[in-house]
Amino acid sequence: MATIAMATGFMLILIGLFGALSNRNILRMIVSFVVANTGVNLVLVSVGYMRGRTAPILNDAVPAAEAAARIIDPVPQALVLTAIVIGVGVTALMLAYAYRLYQTRGSLDISKHTDLKW
Amino acid sequence: MIQRLIVILLLAGIGSIFAGLMLSYVPDGELNRTARYYADHTAQDLGAANVVTAIIVTYRGLDTLGEVTVLFLTAAIVGLVLSKGKRKQREARRRQGLQPPGELLLTGTRLLLPLILLFGAYVFTHGHLTPGGGFQGGAIVASAILLALLSNPLQRFSHRLISLVEAVSGVAFVVIGVLGILLAGGFLDNRILPIGTFGELFSAGAIPVIYAFVGLKVGAEFSSMLVSLSETEEL
Repeated sequence: MATIAMATGFMLILIGLFGALSNRNILRMIVSFVVANTGVNLVLVSVGYMRGRTAPILNDAVPAAEAAARIIDPVPQALVLTAIVIGVGVTALMLAYAYRLYQTRGSLDISKHTDLKW
Repeated sequence: MIQRLIVILLLAGIGSIFAGLMLSYVPDGELNRTARYYADHTAQDLGAANVVTAIIVTYRGLDTLGEVTVLFLTAAIVGLVLSKGKRKQREARRRQGLQPPGELLLTGTRLLLPLILLFGAYVFTHGHLTPGGGFQGGAIVASAILLALLSNPLQRFSHRLISLVEAVSGVAFVVIGVLGILLAGGFLDNRILPIGTFGELFSAGAIPVIYAFVGLKVGAEFSSMLVSLSETEEL
């Protein structure tokens, strides 16, 4: 289970990187980065998974006394929650800059923006 | 062609690194020391049922404050980048005379909007008991705003109200954190309020209060991003 999730996550990272490197349209590159971001989150969550354990929420089924033996690692989940939120912020920034770029230059083709190329 | 080849070679390299990582990965048999500490101490010390929430709001509360600050900065920069020439576009849009939305859309939105807002509030006040919390609840609240924007593009949202909600909840978050220094063990300590009975809504000290403010703040930030993005669209 964890292996499948981890393999999917790594595949998503590779797909996202491929899309970001092989597309010339900036919007498509942004979508590719979002895909890669999802892959990273998936890998991080799958690292915290342990076989036969349950979610880190204590209730009648998982009493606090035996929590350490029954729950999976909560730290990667907290990390990924942060990563998702920051990912949304980064995506919004990329979209805003792409919009401004289109407004000022009239093109989203990355090969037309050569100011910083050397 | 050569470019494509370089990309594929690069990805093959990264893929082989990933494959090496995956093949050598051995899942832990039991929790490491940090996780074990959180698992053992969350219920008795903080009274929160959701260990992830306890980590985010109390144990690592300062990081959450930083995260909310990053979101605030993002919303501010998005507003700044997209703000130029807004007035001109708005007038152009008015001149074009966009059709008002139909009766079905309006009624549907009016029916769904309070329900979505209520669900968002439910998610961010129950963050210490269920797999929810301020960030998820805030995103749900912002999705209500998105629904309103999609169903009626002519609708205007008050930027002042959004920034007021954001500012008040941000200040309240920091004030609760400072109260933790004065009344309890340290910055953002949740024991300034009674811990209460484990598993009830009014338990876990200040965690529901903090998460409600985080939820409002995140909802306001996402909404301000959505509103800035929607106001720039050229019609």
